[in-house]
Amino acid sequence: MARINSAAELEELRKDIVSKRDAAKPCVAICAGIACLGPGNDRVISAFEEEIRKQSLEARVEIRATGCHGFCEKGPIAIIYPGEICYLQVTPEDVPEIVSQTIVGKKVIDRLVYTDPDTGEKAARQSEIPFYRNQMRLLTGNSTRINPKSIEDYLAIGGYAALAKALFEMKPDQVIEEIKKANLRGRGGGGFPAGSKWQTARNAPGEEKYVIVNAHEGEPGAFMDRALFTGNPHLVLEGLIIGAYAIGSHRGFIYTRHDTPQLRENIAIALAQAEEYGLLGENILGSGFNFNVEVHLDVGIFVSGESSALMRSIEGKAPEPRPKYIRTSVSGIWDRPSNLNNVETWANVPQIISKGSGWYGSIGTDRSKGTKLISLSGNICNTGVVEVPMGTPLREIIYGFGGGIPNGKKLKAVHFGGPMGGSIPESLIDSPLDFDVLAELGTSLGAGDMLVMDEDTCMVEMARYFLDFLSGESCGKCVPCREGIRQMLKILTNITKGKGKEGDIQLLEEIAGVAGEAALCSLGRSIAKPLYSVLKYFRDEFEAHIKEKRCPALSCQELAASGGAKEK
Amino acid sequence: MDNDKIDRIINKHRGKAGSLVQVLMEIQEENHWLPREVLEKVGEKLDVPLSRVLRIATMYKTFSLTPKGRHEIHICTGSACHVRGARRVLETVQDLTGIKPGETDSDSRFSLETVNCQGCCALGPVVAIDGKTHGRISPDEIADALKKYD
Repeated sequence: MARINSAAELEELRKDIVSKRDAAKPCVAICAGIACLGPGNDRVISAFEEEIRKQSLEARVEIRATGCHGFCEKGPIAIIYPGEICYLQVTPEDVPEIVSQTIVGKKVIDRLVYTDPDTGEKAARQSEIPFYRNQMRLLTGNSTRINPKSIEDYLAIGGYAALAKALFEMKPDQVIEEIKKANLRGRGGGGFPAGSKWQTARNAPGEEKYVIVNAHEGEPGAFMDRALFTGNPHLVLEGLIIGAYAIGSHRGFIYTRHDTPQLRENIAIALAQAEEYGLLGENILGSGFNFNVEVHLDVGIFVSGESSALMRSIEGKAPEPRPKYIRTSVSGIWDRPSNLNNVETWANVPQIISKGSGWYGSIGTDRSKGTKLISLSGNICNTGVVEVPMGTPLREIIYGFGGGIPNGKKLKAVHFGGPMGGSIPESLIDSPLDFDVLAELGTSLGAGDMLVMDEDTCMVEMARYFLDFLSGESCGKCVPCREGIRQMLKILTNITKGKGKEGDIQLLEEIAGVAGEAALCSLGRSIAKPLYSVLKYFRDEFEAHIKEKRCPALSCQELAASGGAKEK
Repeated sequence: MDNDKIDRIINKHRGKAGSLVQVLMEIQEENHWLPREVLEKVGEKLDVPLSRVLRIATMYKTFSLTPKGRHEIHICTGSACHVRGARRVLETVQDLTGIKPGETDSDSRFSLETVNCQGCCALGPVVAIDGKTHGRISPDEIADALKKYD
């Protein structure tokens, strides 16, 4: 493939790719995502390849291994285009029938389509399934339509047009202005306006500047970034290149986890292809703009997802955070201006540039714009990734998309933001999905991980669990975090074992207060958040554990002796 | 231990102190643990003091400074697996193998680790043995599964 040297050549190539494609050609899109791997999507993909070969259909049918389709609960999923027939929980044994009945015979196989658990109604097309029906899949919708390892697939759906527009029709300041007007807020947890951050990095003194994709995604229960990045790596890369152009950076970094081989592979392929096509490297699209990207890997510690720790790690040093008063957008990697955004934030950039801030601003709430990816997990019928407009009521996410709580149990609480977030009780689930509303309620949207808990969950135990998680993750650099976690964990463990004392709650609040004020980084300062939220909404559970030696959720096993728990 | 492979990994990054994490990761993936003499060699070839090599090697959880068993059990204790009963699964594995997370049994059959979210919460509780994922697993099922490894 020859390099593309101008915006016109890019459009020509796109036309050429599209013209060679036949929209009516049957295509099987099989989820090759990580959650479908357990139940055997690799065997399903091989079975399709074998069956297509057996029936000599290679030239007439395309098999596409795609990124996550989102409906992880029902994986492995296979969608058959052009009819968009969606088959769930497909096994290798189903494959010959799918090929002969649906691909060749154009008939729907009833037993493999979605059945509504309440009404018994069937839904054959993907867009008819309640899980997908009301989503707004601006970022994830294409994941079923492209092979993440093919840049041509991405170009065919309009990929890199936003980059060409930015490079040839906009000045860097105009790009930043557009992102500011769109009010794109950071999806990694902070909700900080991306445009302002870009502006700071652009204005910061120094020639050498860096841009970074934070794809660490260390919060337990958060898996949407991996789903998006694995399924559509060029989308994130396009956003990053646009950002680099706006900020004036010529060197970018992708920081991700070592333990997701599919993601590592897809990123490596995307970078190599982009370079081959002249979308990375020297003189991108003939614009004179140069930009290179390298990949760095985390090898298993939560704190290295914190921005300043992540930058130390890229330098080859231990991932220890720095105090927050030094802004990384002014002084980051090797003390140079470094702009870090998370995967989903970068992925939003191309559509804002293509369709404009006015369009983007029409989606969402007053102060939280666009869509948000949510990974639903825990005691929920439909675990998976959903994409909804900001402002969607939490109730709709839990019951509409999530399908409610399994085993006839009652919803007790929803937890956002992992070990640095907070829980809210069932009574507040009519609140909208919104950065500021959730912050006011004492939780935080976090990266968009939503852990649903049923009535059998003990909230004291959850507070203990998150501190236990953090006790292994604190880097140990500052005392309030390192020692604060240990002491709070000790007290909470005692409470769950029936050894709680009068005054424990006050002591917990005191330690949490000090850690919140005095810890160095945002991890340290957020360690008490889950505890605060649980104390705010579920204080009676703490008191029952301490005063009555009773676990109201009947979950704490050590309280069993006093008849306070049941075997689970 | 395959010295040639390890040497190749180190030589690829010779003199590049910033590649320390990458080198250790590649050796860990190849060799499953980091022997002392390898760490010394890494320090020497990348021009990094041994103290800093050890600091990095002990900081990240993926690195092991002791040999691993023939089979590596990774139990997810992320939040979704936790609320779905990962603790009971972990307790069962601990009882059956006699080891705690971070340990290897005396006849080097199993090594046990807990890991944070693996990104496949729909399958919780999740256990991976030698990289193979066992999803929605109960304590009884994991007990059965372990019998197949010797």
